[in-house]
Amino acid sequence: MAAEADSPRAPFGRRACEVADSRESGGYRIFTLIDAEGPAPAAGQFYMLAAAPDWAGEGGRPYLPRAISYARVTENPKGGVRLDFLIDEVGPGTSRLARMKQGDECFVAGPFGNRFSLPRQLNEGAAGAILVGGGIGIAPMAVLRRELVNRGIPSRSLLGFRDQAHSGGVDELFGCEETRLAFEDGSYGHKGFVTDLLLQLLEGDDSGSAAIYSCGPPAMLEAVRRICADRGLPVELALESPMACGYGACFGCAVPKAEGGYMRLCVDGPVVRGDQIATAMAGEPAVG
Amino acid sequence: MAEGTADTSDLSTDLCGIELAGPVLNGSGTFDAIAARRVFGDEVVSGFPFDCYVSKTITMNPRPGNAPYRLWETPSGMINSIGLPGPGLDGFLERDLVQLAEFDVPLIVSVMADRVEDFEILVNRVAEREEVAGIELNVSCPNVHSGLIVGEQPSETEALMKALRPLTAKPLIVKLTPNVANPHEVAMAAESGGADSVSMINTVKAAAIDPVSTRTWLGAGAGGLSGPAVRPIALAQVRSVASAVSVPVIGMGGITDAESALEFILAGARVIAVGTENFRDPRAGALVSEGLPAALARRGFASLAEAQSVTLD
Ligand SMILES: Cc1cc2nc3c(=O)[nH]c(=O)nc-3n(C[C@H](O)[C@H](O)[C@H](O)COP(=O)(O)OP(=O)(O)OC[C@H]3O[C@@H](n4cnc5c(N)ncnc54)[C@H](O)[C@@H]3O)c2cc1C
Ligand SMILES: Cc1cc2nc3c(=O)[nH]c(=O)nc-3n(C[C@H](O)[C@H](O)[C@H](O)COP(=O)(O)O)c2cc1C
Ligand code: FES
Repeated sequence: MAAEADSPRAPFGRRACEVADSRESGGYRIFTLIDAEGPAPAAGQFYMLAAAPDWAGEGGRPYLPRAISYARVTENPKGGVRLDFLIDEVGPGTSRLARMKQGDECFVAGPFGNRFSLPRQLNEGAAGAILVGGGIGIAPMAVLRRELVNRGIPSRSLLGFRDQAHSGGVDELFGCEETRLAFEDGSYGHKGFVTDLLLQLLEGDDSGSAAIYSCGPPAMLEAVRRICADRGLPVELALESPMACGYGACFGCAVPKAEGGYMRLCVDGPVVRGDQIATAMAGEPAVG
Repeated sequence: MAEGTADTSDLSTDLCGIELAGPVLNGSGTFDAIAARRVFGDEVVSGFPFDCYVSKTITMNPRPGNAPYRLWETPSGMINSIGLPGPGLDGFLERDLVQLAEFDVPLIVSVMADRVEDFEILVNRVAEREEVAGIELNVSCPNVHSGLIVGEQPSETEALMKALRPLTAKPLIVKLTPNVANPHEVAMAAESGGADSVSMINTVKAAAIDPVSTRTWLGAGAGGLSGPAVRPIALAQVRSVASAVSVPVIGMGGITDAESALEFILAGARVIAVGTENFRDPRAGALVSEGLPAALARRGFASLAEAQSVTLD
């Protein structure tokens, strides 16, 4: 719903892409795919991925492809793009993707979904952006940050993690300057939630002129959404929901809209404005 | 069955009078052609992956669909409880149908209601549109008057068909539910009520438990299982129904490729539909079609028609 019209268009069907690299990073895994046929994606978009061999290997899961945001895009010297993905192993799908080795093939469909708006599109008076990322949600924030750097738009990044074992990609994906970290276990940076850092920043000088972006676990996104709503600040959130298809076919990725009813997150999102949705925690027990 | 005597690459066939370039349909509710065109562009029109398009199920009034979560992955399949979200009849006829007509394949519209009177309105208003080649009746819904799921009762199914049959000459297809002990009895009732075809199977009733709490996972409490996990159930039911009725059977349930599609044809289906596999590959339907000539030849069939006429030993 953010800026759908000009999102790059996915080739029809899935394609096999070669794994160029896979490496460990702070408890997460980063792997690189060579997408020779696909277009360059835009910040906020995601792909549906499935390892080509042994998907549905053990016990019949994973069966469906998994929605994964890209964490970085670079030009591939021989055409197409190289895509980096940041993976937190939380179940059979992410584990299988994390086990892929250089030279393996991975089925790819996408890029899907919409893109982030630019700060001035989100907040007319915005001088810059505040990016709030949590856990694996730092991937789309890293992509957005790069885009803003390329456009000469200032941004500050606030990143939050549970502990050191769930904090991959920071050094590789974010420059050190203008990035502040929070660890819930206090092992580094601020001890506590990344939303504490956001509140501190917003109490400072120029908070009224910021455009805010966030991606992370549902509870964090809901906290960010409320902080922004309370202050009348526009915010774009990159949400997650269970997805079977990624292209509008299954209607499984329902997210409740503020006005009632549901949107399909894969085609109307994953980037939504905070005031478009009723909650960032749809389906979570806390709001059950 | 001499190999190569006829042409297995000609897959053209027909479904109760609807001429088809091939036997591959989509399962209702598993491919949104309008959304796919928005996402992938006009390649979805020029390279449409199905020989006939079945719309998602349309209801009288707009419906938001069920509360999240709506999906649960199972070994080799998934459970959904989508809850038929949609624009309602008026919205469908005014907006969606016009866009669906731009796809160059026959269009079957799936409808559902919880009373005969509404089914009559749906069938009348959909059938009068020239864009529509046929109507599929989704009967996996309780009748508000009797409280019974229409498609689980031969008598309810026959009564519904008898009420709808006089309304249109266009093909009426009854989508059978697998959640009955004897699907062939429901199929026979549909046939004697005047159905032109039956399609099967719809999803198999299923539930999932939240891995960390005592809740059920799906917002609606339960849902329907689909994908390869249900294929053997579907094959058994297609076989039993196809031998009990003379109207053509549209077979589906876990079809992933040309080989599994051919299994349904051998079990007695005239044409087949691809459902859940579309989620794994948006072009899954096209890949089934592309693989069929070789799959037919591998089993020694000279044509699709020859495979369609087989009776299993
Ligand atoms: C737009 C988008 C972008 C994303 N980007 C990333 C990314 O960059 N990196 C990343 O690591 N992840 C990302 N995700 C999340 C990832 O797609 C999901 O976490 C995915 O479900 C993981 O699959 P899995 O098999 O590893 O874990 P699952 O087994 O799917 O477990 C993940 C969660 O799903 C639930 N669950 C458990 N079992 C099932 C089941 N059988 N069926 C359905 N749900 C179940 C549980 O709540 C569990 O905690 C993204 C998701 C979306 C929608
Ligand atoms: C997400 C989803 C939505 C569905 N929606 C409908 C529907 O609206 N109407 C209907 O008759 N069947 C619906 N079905 C059932 C399918 O059309 C099909 O009968 C079933 O999924 C079995 O085929 P498959 O295993 O190939 O998916 C749906 C199935 C799925 C998975
Ligand atoms: S994931 Fe299938 S419709 Fe969104």
